[in-house]
Amino acid sequence: MSDTPREIDALIEMMAKLPGLGPRSARRAVLHLIRKRGQLLMPLAQAMRAVADTARECLNCGNVATSDICPICTSEKRANGELCVVEEVADLWAMERSGHFKGRYHVLGGTLSALDAIGPEDLRIPKLISRIDSEGVTEVILALNATIDGQTTAHYISDQLQGRVSVTSLAQGVPVGGELDYLDDGTISAALRARKAF
Amino acid sequence: MEWRDEGAVLSVRRHGESAAIVEIFTQEHGRHVGVVRGGAGRRMAPILQPGAQLAVTWKARLEDHIGSYTVEPVKSRAAQVMGDGLALAALGSVTALLSFTLPERETAPAVYAPTMALLDMLGDNPLWPLAYLRWELALLEDMGFGLDLTRCAVTGSREDLAYVSPRTGRAVSRGGAGDWADRLLPLPPSLLGQGPAETFEIAAGLRTTGHFLETWLAPALGGKPLPAARQRFVDAFARQSRSA
Repeated sequence: MSDTPREIDALIEMMAKLPGLGPRSARRAVLHLIRKRGQLLMPLAQAMRAVADTARECLNCGNVATSDICPICTSEKRANGELCVVEEVADLWAMERSGHFKGRYHVLGGTLSALDAIGPEDLRIPKLISRIDSEGVTEVILALNATIDGQTTAHYISDQLQGRVSVTSLAQGVPVGGELDYLDDGTISAALRARKAF
Repeated sequence: MEWRDEGAVLSVRRHGESAAIVEIFTQEHGRHVGVVRGGAGRRMAPILQPGAQLAVTWKARLEDHIGSYTVEPVKSRAAQVMGDGLALAALGSVTALLSFTLPERETAPAVYAPTMALLDMLGDNPLWPLAYLRWELALLEDMGFGLDLTRCAVTGSREDLAYVSPRTGRAVSRGGAGDWADRLLPLPPSLLGQGPAETFEIAAGLRTTGHFLETWLAPALGGKPLPAARQRFVDAFARQSRSA
């Protein structure tokens, strides 16, 4: 990078830190941005500036928002008594993409992990419990990943909420478009255990 | 350097964008860490779950290097425990305690066999809580802190053993305990291979093994506290014991 101007080098270095990009692909992306200055570079810079100035964590649910309370939490239409618990904001976005869930969310910010010494106090579980009463929640849907850590966390939360509210979790099994031959043993076992009348 | 072995996943830590550093309790090479290329990807995620049994090939240029693993799934245990919160908590405790206690790259045959048997039972066999309790005893013994539950430390009798001395780890009979009984730890009969393993007995046994894990084993390993996963399991078990 010695022959390129310092500012461009710095941009390439920053871009190379993004997920999915390395130094070579970052260099390509920066070159592309410079060539499309008007169409890409300036709007991107403005958009990044705007997000940097306004993006913050929703104080209620942990979602990424541009105000202290995110639009999902302020919307009265979403106050239907259902609260969906997810690990990360990316999971919330995935749920929203489906367009099926009409309630509110609660982002834990991770899972219980013995290895990383993440305990219940490090997650947003106390806030979850307080929301049950303050928002009149009738059902908590545990939409945590189907991993050992995710399900350990789900069972822990379920224990904490026992007797307070109805607790459900997402089903586990064969994905849409999935072929049995390509599924791992664990998924097939889970699907078989959760079979339903047809 | 290259070897092949089989073992259970203890932990997985993301390394860079797509790789993972995986800690595996292997049969012939003990607790051993290596890098799995693509281990953080979606294809490998179901394979690299804690407790999963893998056939592994480890390669490194020098023996001291962290090396890389090539893994083949042998048995997934995730599905059998995911629906059972207590079994999940026990799995977390087993993997965390093994990571915490076992020295790296030292074979541990006396712990390996009971560990694999226990992992197979979790969530599948109703006797797994007793197997878990005995596994903790085997772990203590392998680490050099075995309890002597064969005879009473006071009277020498082999009958009516009901307590364990918190200082010596030796069994004490009801008669030998006398007025000191309330200062001793419980020794449930199921730990001696006698009678059915009732839930409250297992809970009592966990209190006893927990005492020695905390006061003997943890200080010998640098004084770090026991993994929180064990306490979470014990708490969950106690809750079930009370409701049973």
